[in-house]
Amino acid sequence: MAGLGAGSSARSKGAPSGRELFALSTLGLLAFFAVWYGVASSGWVPSRFLPGPVVVADTIARLSDHAYAGYTIEAHTVASLQRFGLGFGLAVALGVPLGLLMGWYRGVDDVVAPLFESVRFIAPIAWVPFAALWFGTGIGGPILIIFSGAFPPCVINAYRGARQVDTVFVEAAQTLGAGGLRIITEVLVPAALPSIVAGLRVSAGLGWQSLIGAELIVVSSGVGYLMVQGQTSLQTPIVMSAMVAIGVVGFVIDVALRALESVVQRSWGVEP
Amino acid sequence: MFTNVKRSFRRRDQEVLALDDVSFEVGEKEFVAIVGPSGCGKTTLLRMAAGLDFPTSGSVRVGDREVSGPGPDRAVVFQQFALFPWKTVEENIAFGLRCRGIDADARSRIVASYVELMGLQGYERAYPQQLSGGMQQRVAIARSYALDPDVLLMDEPFGALDAQTRVVMQEELIKLCRVNPRTALFITHSVEEAVYLADRVVVLTRRPGRIREILDIASVRRREGWDTYERIEEVMDLESFVHLRTRIWRLLRERQEDAAPAGIAVKSA
Repeated sequence: MAGLGAGSSARSKGAPSGRELFALSTLGLLAFFAVWYGVASSGWVPSRFLPGPVVVADTIARLSDHAYAGYTIEAHTVASLQRFGLGFGLAVALGVPLGLLMGWYRGVDDVVAPLFESVRFIAPIAWVPFAALWFGTGIGGPILIIFSGAFPPCVINAYRGARQVDTVFVEAAQTLGAGGLRIITEVLVPAALPSIVAGLRVSAGLGWQSLIGAELIVVSSGVGYLMVQGQTSLQTPIVMSAMVAIGVVGFVIDVALRALESVVQRSWGVEP
Repeated sequence: MFTNVKRSFRRRDQEVLALDDVSFEVGEKEFVAIVGPSGCGKTTLLRMAAGLDFPTSGSVRVGDREVSGPGPDRAVVFQQFALFPWKTVEENIAFGLRCRGIDADARSRIVASYVELMGLQGYERAYPQQLSGGMQQRVAIARSYALDPDVLLMDEPFGALDAQTRVVMQEELIKLCRVNPRTALFITHSVEEAVYLADRVVVLTRRPGRIREILDIASVRRREGWDTYERIEEVMDLESFVHLRTRIWRLLRERQEDAAPAGIAVKSA
């Protein structure tokens, strides 16, 4: 993730081309693995404290063949992704319309904003006791926690998108005879879409992070659960394998949403 | 159309009068241009006819009805084009027709005829941002005309275009209005544009906007046979054109010079 951030800020200065960027990213990754390998195999750190990349790769291969903590690593990942999909989907389905309404109707904003502005600062993990209390070990708990992480960025970006809609589009639609509903579906939503999609990226990132937090505590499958099981049995290579899975899946989600973002920006004529 | 219209705004707890006692009428199928210095409230006048703004006192009527809100009987062409960037050229032109509930067949027929009329063939599937400014404004004009509105309201429609494109668009608008005459209210700060396009020109004063004078252009145009010339520069060379243009410039300048000493006096006080 840090490598990506550096890459995009370098691009905004207008420096490297696509190929240069790829070379730089590869270089960064290689350097990271080299240092990791060097430190782990030097003997300065006990291997239990820092398993080397070879051991971790080995462990991942083993985890995908043999079930650990009930499932293979793929099955754990799929379990996590399902929860993520449900929680994130719910956050988008409720958050985006709420944000649009708040941005569009002053009244809704006035009523909802104070509550929303205070609730959104509560970290998703803080909901864990209630998730356990209300849902036990059922699917509801993790969904609540993902939702609490993914919901605010959906609302905020949809709100910002709705606020930034150029009034000239609304007026043009009105003078062409469009009614309120048509203005919302054909002007407000598309005009706010670039901002909404940007929000989805932030939202997915936070949701995915919150999920792992949730799985550390309230469920008995998933990558987070795998991590806890590894931790309690002092199997640090398993913990690190789970970390790799979290990172890779998070990266893939982000790449997918970033592709969506650039498609929207390009077809809307907004410069990325 | 406009009777004793006043419009004031509140700005920093002060009542600012933007338009004072403006009354004039636009006749059936008549093309009226409003010129005036910036900030004289000419755009506000147009917005009130569109139903996007309302007079503080007085009344704005279109036909025999008081304007109470925007509607497709009064099409607006905006300076910034206001094309929906997420819709193609075709979809933009069809938008108003869909609002009116016209079925797909009739819709595509109407859209195709305006695409042809405005010379947009080959760009039907393009998005507005892929087109030049002049082409974008053609789409906007087509979108307004497609609704067959009673009144056409144009707010400096060519103000964002470069000088050459502007001239081409002016010539085309004249042709369009000859083929397809509409009651039109046209806002501009270009005196030439107003004289070239309009049947009558309303000259407004600096804020608060009042009517300085209303000039009849149509009678001069007919008498001097302006319409027999194909190109705008030929018309602009005619003595009758130059005469009218100079007169309007003088009207605009006079007021500025009146206002200037007052401004200085306020500052020194």
